[in-house]
Amino acid sequence: MSEAIDERVRKTSALRKALIRPELGAICGVILVFMFFLSIARDSGMFGPEGVMNWGIVSAQFAVIAVGACLLMIAGEFDLSVGSMIGFSGIIIALFSVTWGYPVWLAIIIAFVLAMAIGALNGYLVVKTGLPSFIVTLAFLYILRGMTIFIAITSTNKTIIGGVRDVTAGDPVAWLFGGKILVGFFQWLADIGLIDKYVAGNKAGQSVVEGIPMLMIWAIALVLFGHWLLTKTRFGNWIFAAGGDSQAALYVGVPVNRVKILMFMFSAFCATVFATCQVMEFGSAAADRGVLKEFEAIISVVIGGALLTGGYGSVVGAALGALIFGVVQQGLFFAGVESSLFRVFLGVILLLAVILNTYIRRMITGER
Amino acid sequence: MTTPLIELVDIEKHFGAVIALAGVSVSVNPGECHCLLGDNGAGKSTFIKTMSGVHQPTSGKILMDGKEVRFSSPRQGMEAGIATVYQDLAMIPLMSVTRNFWMGREPQKKFGPFSSFDFKKANEVTMAEMAKMGINLREPDQAVGTLSGGERQTVAIARAVYFGAKVLILDEPTSALGVRQTANVLSTVDKVRKSGIGIIFITHNVRHAMAVGDRFTVLNRGKTLGTALRGEITPDELQDLMAGGQEMASLEASLGGTV
Repeated sequence: MSEAIDERVRKTSALRKALIRPELGAICGVILVFMFFLSIARDSGMFGPEGVMNWGIVSAQFAVIAVGACLLMIAGEFDLSVGSMIGFSGIIIALFSVTWGYPVWLAIIIAFVLAMAIGALNGYLVVKTGLPSFIVTLAFLYILRGMTIFIAITSTNKTIIGGVRDVTAGDPVAWLFGGKILVGFFQWLADIGLIDKYVAGNKAGQSVVEGIPMLMIWAIALVLFGHWLLTKTRFGNWIFAAGGDSQAALYVGVPVNRVKILMFMFSAFCATVFATCQVMEFGSAAADRGVLKEFEAIISVVIGGALLTGGYGSVVGAALGALIFGVVQQGLFFAGVESSLFRVFLGVILLLAVILNTYIRRMITGER
Repeated sequence: MTTPLIELVDIEKHFGAVIALAGVSVSVNPGECHCLLGDNGAGKSTFIKTMSGVHQPTSGKILMDGKEVRFSSPRQGMEAGIATVYQDLAMIPLMSVTRNFWMGREPQKKFGPFSSFDFKKANEVTMAEMAKMGINLREPDQAVGTLSGGERQTVAIARAVYFGAKVLILDEPTSALGVRQTANVLSTVDKVRKSGIGIIFITHNVRHAMAVGDRFTVLNRGKTLGTALRGEITPDELQDLMAGGQEMASLEASLGGTV
């Protein structure tokens, strides 16, 4: 009797099981995109060390904000204020460190605290009013952008604050966002001839790839953390539950509101990581940075197999979505394609990925 | 006479000017299935939400094992041993059976300072508990969406039993199910009852109630119309009580006895 198996349930093969996962669409997308660029831009240097670093950094930027957007979307909410948050955090860091003379590490901490407090406010308003997060965070998209420009103009008469590099020298926290690791290793690779060196200018003799920027480390760390949190922990189960059906989750004792507010804060955290890395890299902050980043994050997440209505998705998928995004954006440049085609290409990939993902999800859940 | 597991005395619940419950008294003994019948709008939902701690009664007493209790949240109700299986909110279809089964009470395993979801243990227990209820899962990580409606109800019931429910409230567990699935759920109810758990079975289907009920209480317009033991009442009498007697009788006559 213990061997009673419903005859109407077909045995599924291991291959089918391995294929049916939220990331499948994104994996196919990555293979497709790489095949495409390998065939049209192989000799452009896109796949040399310098080229890989080029699209790798762009992909890492997308990945950092995609992780936050992914977990939030699985918890059933959106954050459209990510782009404005990036501009805001950057200006806060530059204002405190350059204009007002505070140590850089303190300015960075203040930016994180303020951004996460605004994230918490976003989340609080969403769970308390029951309004769609689309509306609440759309309001903050405008409020934050306006406030950022206002603060920058009233305190410095400019919307771009430069000179960050002059104050970051030797600051340990600033290095965490703007530094590079494995510098010696890459110089050695250049010395033995695996990587080109600059032949002229003030960097002559140095490797063209200086090292792995901390932005990439952040991207990898955030993806690993997000993936572990979502799939391997109790809190991850709560994220799925909050987005899958918040009422059902509430009835079995999942603290849905706390989960959602924390995910809004995490989204703000990721935006601030992005902003800090960017400020350290450029040596300046601008009030108009990060425009449209919220949509790029959401697109990465959706390409990665997440469901717009919440309760389903994958951080690894979102990271692959970010990789597709970065490779396509930089690849078209390498291939010498007119850059306006980037958005066309992206729209097509988005559409294909979503259609494939919808199909996969139906197979998983048995819905028809 | 055994002490009832839970006894609700003269419960009233007002929402502003609306009197949703106007004096409802119900009790459940260990191992008993108490059917609560009522038409739409009779106050069944408000009543179970009051019993499980979602709403607080405006007046009236709730006694568990003879002692008065007050629940200010569903969590407190659950901790006291009251589990509710809602009709359509029992499960999250996109999540796996294991994730649903343990939702809110995930087992943890420590790894240094990090604690993670102990999937090995969770999967084993889920498979074993589902097998006890007569459902052999293909694999514990299949999505609940792939299960039938009856199986979903059974997962929810198995979950409540495993987590130590003393009183199990079933909100219309059979209303959306086919004949065969209904039979499965009713036999699950019977299994659970035999283990000494008290069951409150909410339904508006007299036949389903008669199949498993030990006692029947009819609710109408926020009041208890009366309680009858099994054998003291016929299905027709129950049906009449639910529909408000006279009107139903005349309607039934005009429809030629098809209702």
